[in-house]
Amino acid sequence: MIIRILGEGQFDMDDVEHLNVLDDWLQAAADADDEAAFDQALNTLLTAVREEGRPVADDDLVVSDLVLPHDGASLSDVRAMLGDEGLIPGRST
Amino acid sequence: MGIASRLALLFRAKANKAIDRAEDPRDVLDYSYQRQLEMLTQVRRGLADVATSGRRLDLQANQLQQSADKLHDQASEALEVGREDIAREALNRRAAALDQLAELGPQRESLRNDEQKLTLAAQRLQTKVESFRSRKETVKATYTAAEAQTRINESVAGISEEMGDVGLAMQRAEDKTAQMQARSQALDGLLSSGALDDVTSLSGRNDDIQKELDSARGGSQVELELAQMKRQLSGPSRAEAVVGRPGQTAPVPVDGSAPAVESPPAADNQEEGGGRG
Repeated sequence: MIIRILGEGQFDMDDVEHLNVLDDWLQAAADADDEAAFDQALNTLLTAVREEGRPVADDDLVVSDLVLPHDGASLSDVRAMLGDEGLIPGRST
Repeated sequence: MGIASRLALLFRAKANKAIDRAEDPRDVLDYSYQRQLEMLTQVRRGLADVATSGRRLDLQANQLQQSADKLHDQASEALEVGREDIAREALNRRAAALDQLAELGPQRESLRNDEQKLTLAAQRLQTKVESFRSRKETVKATYTAAEAQTRINESVAGISEEMGDVGLAMQRAEDKTAQMQARSQALDGLLSSGALDDVTSLSGRNDDIQKELDSARGGSQVELELAQMKRQLSGPSRAEAVVGRPGQTAPVPVDGSAPAVESPPAADNQEEGGGRG
């Protein structure tokens, strides 16, 4: 499974069960508008992927199954990305 | 569905939109490659901006440190000549300069971080763009089978995600640089106004204060020498009381007790200043 950390690149991971659990935490924290819990869940997620994942080669062109917000992203950063598609640049609309 | 899955879907949807728009899938390859080259140029420009902001912060930090050092010297100089008012003003400004300096530290750190990440992202994108180009040529040459379509989609979606990521990183860096530039300009204004500079360059009061400081300093030099001479004459006494009292020429104790200077030098008799009791 390919996982991207925004701003850091892609990682290849075999076992992602616990990541899905953490991703649900992240969602729950966002739903509850709990910035501290969101921070903690995101940090745990990022650390897990960095430690357990194998970096994808730079010349590989693969699509990610999961995309994680960048390190230090706030709730409002993530809302902006999810809420308004125009906020993701990279091609014309 | 969690946030990471939703973000992944969002990136994929963007890529698919680009692929679906073209009638001939090979056009997508050329169009995407064009966009990639533009993106690379943008990223390099963004990197240069971040580096410039960093250098500016370094310069300002140097300026602030110099101001703080100078103000410290001026404060002790002013205190030496008994001008506590000037010393206080200098120390106030020094505190303000040091506050600003302390704020610059984390800003510089975070900018350095951005620069590093963006450099890596640019390298990654560069490699992917090269890889995309060679795939593009292969796919175009063998474009007959339906299999080619899949390969086009994969490559385009993969690079499109990368570009989306780099684009977001650039946007974050740009936002931060813009904020820092605004702050930098404000700080430049503050520095050039002299509010964080040395006390003697305060506009209007400029000459007065410097003259007073100079003349007071000159006067106190005399005092210091006088005090020193008296100390030599009268042995180890409390002649240092003179220092910092430029108006006076003799060490007159203020508490009204009789001056104890008449005791003979090097007289190792009973306790000094025995007039009391």
